[in-house]
Amino acid sequence: MSTVKLSIITPEKVVYDGEASMVTVRTIDGDRGFLAEHQPLVTGLDIGQIKIKNNDQERILASSTGYIEVRPEEISILVDTAEYSDEIDVDRAKSAKERAEKRLSKDNSSINSKRAEIALKKAMNRLKVSKGKNFE
Amino acid sequence: MASMRDIKRQITSVESTKKITRAMKMVAAAKLRKSQERAENAKPFFDKTKETLADITARIDDDLHPLLEKRDVKKVGYVFITGDRGLCGAYNSRVIKEVEKGLKETEKETEKETALITIGKKGRDYFKNKAEIISEYIEIEDSPGFSTATNISNELVELYTEGILDEVHLVYTEFNSVVSQKVERLQLLPIEPPESAEVNDSEESYLYDPSAEEVLSAVLPQYLKNVIFGALIQSKASEFASRMTAMDSATDNAEDMIDKLKLSYNRARQAAITQELSEIVGGAEALE
Repeated sequence: MSTVKLSIITPEKVVYDGEASMVTVRTIDGDRGFLAEHQPLVTGLDIGQIKIKNNDQERILASSTGYIEVRPEEISILVDTAEYSDEIDVDRAKSAKERAEKRLSKDNSSINSKRAEIALKKAMNRLKVSKGKNFE
Repeated sequence: MASMRDIKRQITSVESTKKITRAMKMVAAAKLRKSQERAENAKPFFDKTKETLADITARIDDDLHPLLEKRDVKKVGYVFITGDRGLCGAYNSRVIKEVEKGLKETEKETEKETALITIGKKGRDYFKNKAEIISEYIEIEDSPGFSTATNISNELVELYTEGILDEVHLVYTEFNSVVSQKVERLQLLPIEPPESAEVNDSEESYLYDPSAEEVLSAVLPQYLKNVIFGALIQSKASEFASRMTAMDSATDNAEDMIDKLKLSYNRARQAAITQELSEIVGGAEALE
């Protein structure tokens, strides 16, 4: 299977820089997979999972918002955060989830509840990825 | 000539100042190492961000998205980053000077209104009674998180789309190395394609999914966030570098001063001994 150059970059570091035969991401329009030789495309990314397939190996990352630029020979993913499933701090995600839930249950102002909702989404996404669950 | 006691007191005071400046230098050096690393780690991210934006903007029209559209400018906003504290050489004043220059240019030449968004206490305090401050951010962490950048950029997008500001500039300090930092000014809104980045000149045009508008609505605010985040961490690294250099030379100066004071202390001591001797001799002679 032909491969494509893939780079996943966050402000903290370059998370992935290498070949991949397929990459699946959660775009603003739903989950999508990209193979080599894909038509040039740009789209936004939502909080979700990134799945990298390189021949037989498969790695899953929890990612937050950002965007993806696809060119036939190269795919670049730029996101705020991206963590491999085995690197996720489960305790931190759990406490973040609890905090967000608590805030959602009592705070009614729209800005705060929106923020808490995003935090909750991120935390749940991290927990889901850390348990090794695939896309639903 | 000052008395021995006065000089001694002065030496003690300079010495304790030296202790403080040396401690500040060490703290700044430790913090600098961390933020320098962060600034360097973030570099690929920004280069890539600029590259993608150049790719995208080269292929689409300005009027596809409000954040790209140029409109009649009535009010110009300046966002600028200073530190919360002083004692860091010319770091704060260089940024303030650049902002003042920008304000003057905008107000005089084109008769537009101006407003400020300040990041850091020093800048806010300076402009408090001099200009209109729309919004202020203070006590930015030593290693600014992405959420700070997100808050700032969300507010800017809001101010821009509501028509309160028609153009937004950013003034920050670029970190080149420990000894070289430069104040930079760049236009944030409307978003201009970066000049330096090379455009991949493939013939094919991009596919925007679901639509160009929706994609741009996701990508452009993200770009803004990235730029502001980059400016924040570069400014922090510059602040620490600046403080380290300033405190280093302050420590050196204190040492010089102590040396000089010690010299005059010894002179005073010598003079006192000589005086005592001549008094004794004089007294002995008077008895004869």
